[in-house]
Amino acid sequence: MLSKIMGGIIMLLAVLVISVSFQPRVNEDKAVLDERISKEAFLEVYKVLMSPRCMNCHPKGDVPLQGDDSHLHTMGVTRGDDGKGVSAMKCSNCHQATNTPGLNQPPGNPTWHLPPADMKMVFEGKSPRELAAQLKNKDLNGHKTMAQLIEHVSHDKLVLWGWDPGEGRTLPPLQHVEFVRQFKLWVDKGAVLPD
Amino acid sequence: MSKSNLTRRKFLQDSTIIAGGLIIPFSVPAGNRKTVLADGADGTKFITQNAYLHIGTDNTVKILLAHSEMGQGVWTTMPMLIAEELDCDWNNIKVEHGPAGAPYIHTAFGIQLTGGSTSTWSEFDRYRKAGATARMMLTQAAADKMNTTPDKCKTENGYVISASNKKLSYGEVAEAAAKLPPPSDVPLRDPSKWKYIGKSKRRLDTPEKINGTAKFGMDMQFPGMLTAVVAHPPVFGAKVKSFDASKAKAIPGVQQVVEIPSGVAVLADHYWEAKLGRDALKVEWDIDPAKAIDSRDQLDSYKRIASTTGVAAAKAGDVNAELSKGSKKIEAEYFFPYLAHAAMEPMNCTVLLSENSCEIWTGTQFQMQEQTAAAKVLGMKPEQVMVNTTFLGGAFGRRANKDNDYVVEAVHVAKASGKNVKLVWSREDDMRGGYYRPAFLHKVQVMPATDGKPGAWKHTIVGQSIMQGSPFEAMIQNGIDPASTEGISDSPYMKEIPNHLVELHSPVVNVPVLWWRSVGHTHTAFVMETMIDELAFAAKADPVEYRRSLLKNHGRNLAALNLAAEKSGWGKSLPAGHFRGVAVHESFGSSVAQVAEISIVNDALKVHKVTCAIDCGLAVNPDGVAAQMESGIIFGLTALLYGEITLEKGRVKQRNFHDYKMVRMNEAPVIDVHIVKSTEKMGGAGEPGTPPIAPAIANAIFAATGKRIRTLPLRPEDLKTT
Amino acid sequence: MVKLTINGKEHSVDVRPDTPLLWVLRDHLGLTGTKFGCGMAQCGACTVHLNGEAVRSCVTLVSRAAGQKVTTIEGLSKDNSHPLQRAWLEDDVLQCGYCQSGQIMSAAVLLRDHPNPSDSDIDQAMSGNICRCGTYQRIRNAIHKAAKLQKEGGVK
Repeated sequence: MLSKIMGGIIMLLAVLVISVSFQPRVNEDKAVLDERISKEAFLEVYKVLMSPRCMNCHPKGDVPLQGDDSHLHTMGVTRGDDGKGVSAMKCSNCHQATNTPGLNQPPGNPTWHLPPADMKMVFEGKSPRELAAQLKNKDLNGHKTMAQLIEHVSHDKLVLWGWDPGEGRTLPPLQHVEFVRQFKLWVDKGAVLPD
Repeated sequence: MSKSNLTRRKFLQDSTIIAGGLIIPFSVPAGNRKTVLADGADGTKFITQNAYLHIGTDNTVKILLAHSEMGQGVWTTMPMLIAEELDCDWNNIKVEHGPAGAPYIHTAFGIQLTGGSTSTWSEFDRYRKAGATARMMLTQAAADKMNTTPDKCKTENGYVISASNKKLSYGEVAEAAAKLPPPSDVPLRDPSKWKYIGKSKRRLDTPEKINGTAKFGMDMQFPGMLTAVVAHPPVFGAKVKSFDASKAKAIPGVQQVVEIPSGVAVLADHYWEAKLGRDALKVEWDIDPAKAIDSRDQLDSYKRIASTTGVAAAKAGDVNAELSKGSKKIEAEYFFPYLAHAAMEPMNCTVLLSENSCEIWTGTQFQMQEQTAAAKVLGMKPEQVMVNTTFLGGAFGRRANKDNDYVVEAVHVAKASGKNVKLVWSREDDMRGGYYRPAFLHKVQVMPATDGKPGAWKHTIVGQSIMQGSPFEAMIQNGIDPASTEGISDSPYMKEIPNHLVELHSPVVNVPVLWWRSVGHTHTAFVMETMIDELAFAAKADPVEYRRSLLKNHGRNLAALNLAAEKSGWGKSLPAGHFRGVAVHESFGSSVAQVAEISIVNDALKVHKVTCAIDCGLAVNPDGVAAQMESGIIFGLTALLYGEITLEKGRVKQRNFHDYKMVRMNEAPVIDVHIVKSTEKMGGAGEPGTPPIAPAIANAIFAATGKRIRTLPLRPEDLKTT
Repeated sequence: MVKLTINGKEHSVDVRPDTPLLWVLRDHLGLTGTKFGCGMAQCGACTVHLNGEAVRSCVTLVSRAAGQKVTTIEGLSKDNSHPLQRAWLEDDVLQCGYCQSGQIMSAAVLLRDHPNPSDSDIDQAMSGNICRCGTYQRIRNAIHKAAKLQKEGGVK
């Protein structure tokens, strides 16, 4: 309970700090301000996307990553065409609909998978600018409009799993509501690519 | 609810069917040993059978093993030895584990044991004689029935055939043969006549192990039996201070919670309920902080010990004087961590207890030791305890426990609860259950002579004694446990070095240790073979040539080395980025040389191929020997890459295969095994494949990186190219 | 009561729904061919087919299998005639044998998806199954052999 309250306070402080930084500068017109807000919002989003809970399933290779240190998934697990693994090594052979209780047990979700081979949506190794560009490109983002992307980060069960990852796994650096708020802010203010 | 539980009755029925479903007509006595045990005065039937071989009237040839099938193939090799002399129909052979009992005492060790890579050579005569004795008796009985004499009869494929081509099957004459006195002098066949020995034979245990019918200890189920899971202390040897079982008992299916010397046992109808019960159990432990050791402190203390004088295990010339001459001295310190056996089947034991007897079902390498230990716990005589050996889901030494840990624990649970129980260890219990390959530190100083060969070699070894407190404690002579120094003090290299000194320190540490596939050779071969490689490099010599020059007086190592070098294409060019390393080592009476071919890409090691040559003398089942080399190589490779048990405040850190990793299919190299055509004394195969692989790969890594590996397992920095 | 179809036979088992399928098979139904090795989907010894997929039964709750089709090693063939079993026999693959039920069940799914698997297909499909005896080379060779047998004899 205490930790929840503390978390809430920290989030509130974070919001305040961010809000403070969004004060218009002298002679800054709205377009420039919006651009700056958008970029800075994405940098917040980026922190989450590059956290192990998100990035581990958006690897640069065809092997998912594991753990807070984002090491290659042991036992030679591979993506497969549909992102659900291959033959005897499909994700759902071990990953159940829910987290299996216990330290280092397989985490779970009804749709546990990687992006498919023809739409890999790589996060690993991407700069904020590259990742933002990828998210905006319908040919690279799973054919999603920005509205659909917001819907995705707001309600997709696998995205939400990142904030309920099971015993022993670090949470993303922002709370989910704040992550969504920053994502929307990025989009609302023009989905500008950071420098 | 369907019940297809294997009941005791069903199991025994199956055993009887194997024996022919009828009376067992005769048994063959065990060589010269007096093995016939009288029935007990109270009318209890003695559990011990005095035989290796029964011929059923249905022509079944039932072979009882003195040894345990734990993967190494005795289920097939022992029948080959019997069939070689018996001329039976191979397809009629049924194999069973023998019980605990005097006839099954190891011919070399004097106790019943499967281990030390000794099964085949130690049974070579005894099992052949059992086959030959039976054949003589069957021939005599058949000759009598056919009104002829044995010398006019021949035997073939389970039949006695007379000169006039009349045939009687072994089954038909088994009962008559059983009434004949066993012959005292049994000649064995000349090797030139062998049909089985030396030719690869397929395993007899495969059919039941590919369809789920093979019974391992874990698979034992009896009506009314409970499953027990035990909460063990977090630090070895700690005792229960108090416990609260109320939450555990609230779980449906949990029947009983009892304290035993090794912890608190939760008994339930099934494993899962017992496991949940243990999760809910609250135990306070009485922990002595002085016994809660830390791996890092241990390494520091071993370093300090190594700088003091130890007990001399081998000595020649004046090492200290020679080491102070010249400037080319090579000094190195090596460290090897504790290793868990991690057999695939976690430890388990089933105990059926009644007032006057105890029946044990378990996978063990140590039947009579378990029997005696169980009897002691129960206040029974050993003969009141029957030990039934199931298949062993891997053992590697762990199931020859010097304290009979899991069997004693199971017996305690049965005794304390008054129930028939199957004790099941989880993987975590198994990983943290101790009895590891001891951690070892080696300190080596070598001065090369002018010809580049080692002129002086001082070697200090620090590590716990394995034999201390084991049935083989008498092997410790003058303070030297040979299991700590084997492969060094008796190394063929050492014998050739004019000035050498091998010293041993055997500190006492609160971590139980045990023999682990290839025992002392797991670390001694690494030190010797990487240091010899280092000396070869210092002498600017080819590593194979250098070894040849040192092994002139060791034909067996030389033969293995030469064959491995030849088959690996040693000296021939390799694909770009590939490197080779070599090692040769004698252990358990066999010499094994291995050449490893590796590459390092993006700081990751890939072992492409291992070429292996073994001189084990006569290879009874050559494909079985090859299988053991393959197995030993993967075992040693796993230790090199991953094997490490560490302690923090006395607690074992690792607990399952995610943090005590195993080599998997995608890391398994191609392995090419060759057997030296040899007339040398028969040696072992189960273990000698393990020692050379880690040094062979470490030497290949040196070829690639210029860095010497001195601490196992490999660290990422070991693979960075300089 | 949980209803299960195992090897074509229907069973009703009185068991808590959060019990892993492994323990229902082993302790309640006596199908002990499926092995317990790690309890955390690390070793693959407990591999069974759930609707044809090679699931790790030690982490698969029985509730997931309810009403679904489960095949265990005991149901792979009636007489060791599955191409994998034949290849395992011919190539003398196994040693202690404890992991082999799981190895074979994984390999069966591999052969279904890749009737003619490459070494890389084998690496990808089989690296979830640990063999402490180190029989990997023989498993690999036997899978190649089974692929041939399957082609010659038709899929069982």
